[in-house]
Amino acid sequence: MSQLLHADSGQGPGTAVSASASASASRRPEAHHEGPDLRQALNAALDRALTEDPRTLVLGEDVGRLGGVFRVTAGLQERHGHHRVFDTPLAESGIMGLCVGLAMQGWRPIPELQFDGFAYPAVDQIVNQLARMRYRSRGAFPMPVTLRLPSFGGIQAPEHHGESLESLFAHVPGLNVVAPSTPAEAYTLLLQSVRCDDPVIFLEPKARYWDREQIQLPPPDSTQELDAAPLGTSRVARPGRHATLVCWGSMVRTCLEVAELAAEDGVDLEVLDLRWLKPLDTAGLAASVARTGRAVVVHEAPLTAGLGAEVSARLMERCFGELRAPVQRVSGFDVPYPAGPLEHQYLPTLDRILLAVQHTLEF
Amino acid sequence: MSSPPRDQDRNASSTTDATPPTHPVDLTGTDVSPEVLRALYRDMVYARHLDDEAVALQRQGVFPAYVPLRGQEAAQVGSAAAMDRTSDFAFPTYREMAVAVTLGVDMVGYMASHRALWHGGLYDPSRSRLAPINAVVGGPVPHAVGWALGAQLDGTPGCALAYFGDGASSEGDVHEAMNMAAVFQAPVVFLCQNNQWALSVPNRDQVAGGSIAARAAGYGMPGHEVDGNDVLAVYTTTRAALARARSGGGPSLIEARTYRLGPHSTSDDTRRYRSEDTERQWARADPIERLYTAMLAAGTVPGDDSFAAEVREQAQEAAASMRAGVRVAPPPSGEEMFTHVFSEPTDELLRQQRAWREEVELG
Repeated sequence: MSQLLHADSGQGPGTAVSASASASASRRPEAHHEGPDLRQALNAALDRALTEDPRTLVLGEDVGRLGGVFRVTAGLQERHGHHRVFDTPLAESGIMGLCVGLAMQGWRPIPELQFDGFAYPAVDQIVNQLARMRYRSRGAFPMPVTLRLPSFGGIQAPEHHGESLESLFAHVPGLNVVAPSTPAEAYTLLLQSVRCDDPVIFLEPKARYWDREQIQLPPPDSTQELDAAPLGTSRVARPGRHATLVCWGSMVRTCLEVAELAAEDGVDLEVLDLRWLKPLDTAGLAASVARTGRAVVVHEAPLTAGLGAEVSARLMERCFGELRAPVQRVSGFDVPYPAGPLEHQYLPTLDRILLAVQHTLEF
Repeated sequence: MSSPPRDQDRNASSTTDATPPTHPVDLTGTDVSPEVLRALYRDMVYARHLDDEAVALQRQGVFPAYVPLRGQEAAQVGSAAAMDRTSDFAFPTYREMAVAVTLGVDMVGYMASHRALWHGGLYDPSRSRLAPINAVVGGPVPHAVGWALGAQLDGTPGCALAYFGDGASSEGDVHEAMNMAAVFQAPVVFLCQNNQWALSVPNRDQVAGGSIAARAAGYGMPGHEVDGNDVLAVYTTTRAALARARSGGGPSLIEARTYRLGPHSTSDDTRRYRSEDTERQWARADPIERLYTAMLAAGTVPGDDSFAAEVREQAQEAAASMRAGVRVAPPPSGEEMFTHVFSEPTDELLRQQRAWREEVELG
């Protein structure tokens, strides 16, 4: 099937792949210099959540006076008061335990844990308590808690600041997991998460915090209905015919870049932004693969037992007959997240993804 | 406030347990009414009988396991009796059956946890003012702080009572919770039952510095060490701490020094780590006898033993009723495995539920 990838290039496969990589920097989808960035979209969603529901609370380390280390909560304490938006001591497990108790009192907490790697100290409270309290109490204590977690890599941050925890949390019964990819998506998905009566682990792609989009964000007191697909629905970020790139969070932009490059070679890639990693949109995945017959899952997390394995298994179970090639996985490596200069060798590169596309097309 | 330094010789051959307090409860000048004293007595006797019945049910194979509280009745009944049952809320771990008795929790529902019908029990936690039974030591302590903070934010008079033991005092969550409670000045009382044994590990290998109450000073809150086998002392100390919390005075820590007369659980063998002689000495510090002797002397109860006989008879009835109830309690429906995971079941969960149902129907 290599002619699909190289139909218009007239070059051998290897040449095409390396050529595309060198061109990657200049061929990103058009950058928007106007409109809110992803952080501002999240801020607007929090502002609206705090405005529309007096039971919502924003809490965490440095979220109050400072407005969060990424300024996602900037200005919220001034607008909504110290009782609704407040700093907590530096204690991740304590913060999540606090949220369980607040939820038992009928509050709707939106905690922030400052960085992905610092969710680990809170795993006991998240897994053993937050995820189970509704179950344990047979519905007496719902846990409408949205944990905001700046996640994934790509900003040359220190150790423990570039982790991808989606498969860890997706494995836990009782938790929902979501990762937005754009400002508009971030706005909608965060409001949807806050309104959900169950815990949501909201993984923010920190490398995309500064991505802008030409959208108009509704004012905080907007009563306009949220234009959102049901919880657990994926979205086709780019329709295509030849293969599906399955991705989420920061990898969506990367996959769109790959699709643009592949298009130059006449390969029409569909980019499926999963959005929700739990519940997983099996129907959406199957529908996309029914159209393309091929799938490449792309994630930053290490390969082994990553969410790509689950996606691959679901596709095999649901549409084995429609698959024209084995599902490919492109991921980080099974190594601790590396330091700065190695980061972009660890993260799925355009080359690595294109190679996987080539493999699936040539199968 | 704090105890004298304990024996720090880690090579000491004896277990160096504190000297058992065997003197009667001092009723001199107490403002606690005879009715309350008799109620404290009654709840302790009820708990003793229910506890013995539960051990018997385990021996007879009805309960897979049980965690006896024998010896700790005063610490539990005295503290729980101080609660305002219209506004306060208690957070137990797994040995707080006498707290449940005091709060009037349905005992069949409570024992459902030990009967292995439902983790957390089958009582109504909201109405009972008792959170579901929690098997993570220290885990519910930050919940109590969150609940108390929630009450504070609501401007309601509710206080939280957080139960934990000397073993849990080593858990990070307990420290995080105490620090947070003090930072927020949350209306919470930390009630540590120091029963001297964290399963097989004695205080001297568990509690650095020898006093849990002394740690309160580090959080800037009052710490009270109290004779945990003196139900009146526990009651008045907890009552004062709750009153302080209710009036905006912030959190307190109470260390009720007691002794676990029985094994950690019905699977435990105390002979492997402590002497029978020490257990016998502590049996003489029986909190029920210590109160009864004092009530007899003060004329709170008639001298003819009729009150004790009447309470004993009622307690036996309560134990028999619990036994009858748990024996006929129906096993949980498999449907319930799926019911309480989320507010709305996901498609995937429904699919798994259908598969389970088909398997059962075929089976």
